Amino acid sequence: MTAVRERWHSASSAIGRRVDGLPKSARITGLLAFIAFLYILPNKWFYEYLNIPGVWIPLYTTRNDMAAVLFYCAWIVLLSLGLNVVVGYAGLLDLGFFGFFAVGAYTVALLTSPESKLITEYNWLESPWPWLVTVPIAIALALLSGVLLGAPTLRLRGDYLAIVTLGFAEMIRIIAKNQDWILNGDRGIPQVGHPPGNYPDGTAIFQFEFKPYYWLLLTVIIGAVFLIRNLANSRVGRAWVAIREDEDAAELMGVPTFRFKLWAFAIGAAVGGLSGTLWAGQANFVNSSTFSLENSILVLAAVLLGGAGSIGGAILGGFLVIYIPEWLRSVGDVFGLPETATVFGNDFDVSPTSLRYFIFGILLIIVMIFRPQGLWPNRRRAAELKDRQKEVAVVE
Amino acid sequence: MDFAELVRGFPELTTTGLVQGAIYALIALGYTLVYGVLRLINFAHSEVFMIGTFGAIWTWAAFGLDSNSGAPSVGRSLLLIALAIVAAALLSGSVALLIEVTAYRPLRRRNAPPLAFLITAIGASYALMELMGTLTQRRQVGSPALLPADTLFSIGGWSVTPVQMLTLSVAILMMVGLDWFVNRTRFGKGIRAVAQDANTAALMGVNKSRVIALVFVLGGLMAGVAAVFSDMKSGNTRYNIGFLLGLKAFSAAVLGGIGNLRGAAIGGVLLGLVENYGSALFGSQWRDLIAFVVLIVLLMFRPTGLLGESLGRARA
Repeated sequence: MTAVRERWHSASSAIGRRVDGLPKSARITGLLAFIAFLYILPNKWFYEYLNIPGVWIPLYTTRNDMAAVLFYCAWIVLLSLGLNVVVGYAGLLDLGFFGFFAVGAYTVALLTSPESKLITEYNWLESPWPWLVTVPIAIALALLSGVLLGAPTLRLRGDYLAIVTLGFAEMIRIIAKNQDWILNGDRGIPQVGHPPGNYPDGTAIFQFEFKPYYWLLLTVIIGAVFLIRNLANSRVGRAWVAIREDEDAAELMGVPTFRFKLWAFAIGAAVGGLSGTLWAGQANFVNSSTFSLENSILVLAAVLLGGAGSIGGAILGGFLVIYIPEWLRSVGDVFGLPETATVFGNDFDVSPTSLRYFIFGILLIIVMIFRPQGLWPNRRRAAELKDRQKEVAVVE
Repeated sequence: MDFAELVRGFPELTTTGLVQGAIYALIALGYTLVYGVLRLINFAHSEVFMIGTFGAIWTWAAFGLDSNSGAPSVGRSLLLIALAIVAAALLSGSVALLIEVTAYRPLRRRNAPPLAFLITAIGASYALMELMGTLTQRRQVGSPALLPADTLFSIGGWSVTPVQMLTLSVAILMMVGLDWFVNRTRFGKGIRAVAQDANTAALMGVNKSRVIALVFVLGGLMAGVAAVFSDMKSGNTRYNIGFLLGLKAFSAAVLGGIGNLRGAAIGGVLLGLVENYGSALFGSQWRDLIAFVVLIVLLMFRPTGLLGESLGRARA
C-alpha cells in the first residue's frame, strides 16, 4: 500500500513540476483551451463525440441531461469557491454556508416575483424588479448577514464556531419554512425573475433550459476565481494564512485577526449569496427545502475533498461531489446492472441510482485515507501537513 | 405566546421533555466521549444511533412482533425490551467500532489534518444511511406496542406511563454506570489519561488504540440504548431518523460543555425540557428552532458550555 501511495504522490507532483516548467505562454494557452472545452461541453453533439463507443465507458450522464448536471456542478463549484475562502484560507469551520445562499436566493425571489407578498399584500413595490438589479442587493444583503453572524460568533474557536454556524443555517431554514408573512412558508415563492437577454430572433435566452445558465455560471466562476486568486495573493490573503497557521502568533505579530476573519466570512457569504441569485434565476421557484444542512455538508465535503485552501481543489471537489453521484446513475445502463435483487423473498432496489450515495460515501473515505490533504492541495498547506507527518507519532 | 397552554400542560410537558431529554443525553454521551478523547466531532454517530433503532425492531421482529401485533404480557414485554436493549447496544457498539477502524484509524496513523476526519465521517454517514435506506426500501418501519399505554401512577396532575418510567430509570442507570466506569475503573483511568495527553499516556503504558476503540464502543452502547427508547417513544423509525436527532444530541453535548460527561447528560435533559416548554409557548412548528436559539445564546455567554470542557483535565 505504501508503495502505491509513494508512486501516486511522486507522479502527481511530477505532473505539477512539469506544468510549472512550461513557459508561461504554453500554460496560458492550455488554460484557455480548457476553458473553451468547458464552454462547449454541454452540447450534446460534443460530449457524445468525445465518447468512442466500445473503447471508453461513457463519461456523460445518460439518466440526466448533461447540461443540467453541469449546471448543478457549476453551482456547487461556485459555492465551494466561496466556502474555500472561509475554511481553506482563514481556517474557520463553517457548517452553515447555505444560510447565505438562502439570503441571496430569497432576496432575488422577493424582489423579482410578481407573486411576492411585497407586491401582492404589502404594496412596498409597484411591480417586480428586473433580475439584474436585484443581484447586487442580494450580494450586499448576504455580505451583511455574514458580518452580522460573524461579529458575535467569530470570537468562538474551532468546533464551537462550527456548531453556531450550523445552528444559524438551520434557524434560517426553519424560519423560512414556518413563517407566512413574507416568505410564504413551505409553498415558497414562484415565478422568480430570469436574467435578461434575448436571442436575435427575440426569444429570451434565460428561460428554463440549463445550457445558458451553465454558461452564465461558468463566466461568473471565472470572474470569481480571478478575484479570489488576487485576494489570496494580497495582504489579506497573507493575513489569512497567518491566522490559519497560528492565530495567537498572528495576533502577536500585529495582524488584526478578528477583522480578517470577519473579512473572510463576509466574502464567503457574498459568494454564497451570488450563487443563490443565479440558482433562483434558474429554478424559478424558491422554498426552504434547498437550504437543508445536507447541502451545506456537501459543499464542505467538496472543499475538503478537493483540498482546502486551493482554488483548483475547490473547483475539482465541487465538480466531483455532484458529478460522481450523477454519473453513477448511468453506470447501470452502461454495464447492464440489475435494478433489483431478491433476498429471502424481499425485493431490494440495488440500482446504482439508489446506491449512488452509498458508493459516494465509501469513495470519500477511501480518497481521504490515501490523500488526507485533498485531491489537489494548496502547496503551502501540503507543506504544513508534511511537517505534521514528520512529527514523531509516539505509539499508536 | 401561549402561557395558558404552558401552565395547563406543565406536568405532561415536563415528563415528555425529560424522556426526550434522556434520549438526547444518551446520544450526546457518544459525541462527548469521542470529542473528549480525540477532539473530533464524530458526525457518523447519528447513524450509529439510527442502526440501533433498526436493531431493536429486528429483535422484536425475530420474536414475531410488528407494529400490528397486540401488546404481550408485561413480564414478556420487559424481557423483550431487555433483549432489544442488549441487541441494539451490541449492534450500535459494533458499528461505532467499525467506523473507528475503517474511517478514523487509518487517518490517525497518517497524522492527517483534523478536517480530513470530518470528511471520512461524512462519508461513513452517507454510506451507512444509504445502506440502511436500501435494506429497508426507504420505508418507515413501525415498532410493536410493548408496554400498556395507560398511566402507571400519578401524583397530583403528574402522570407517568410505564414507557416513560422505564426510559428514565434505564437512562439514569446507564449514565451513572458510565460515570462510574470513566471515573472509578482502570479502563476509565486510561480514557482520562489519553484525553489529557495522548502521547504521554502512551509512554506511561496506556494502549492508546485500545482506549480509543473502547471510547467508540461505549458511545455506541449508549446510542443503542437510546435507540430502543426512541423506538418505543415514537413508535417507528426510518433510515434518515439519525440526522435530526443526532444534530440535537450534538447540540446538547455542546450545551453542557463538549467533552464533559455530566455536561452531556445535563445538556440533553435541559434541551428536551426547553424544547417542550418552548413548543407549548410558541407553537410546535418552532420546536427545532428553539434548540438552536438556546444553544447560540448560551454559547455567546458561556463559550465552553454549561459545565465547561473536561474529560481528562482536572477541573480548574
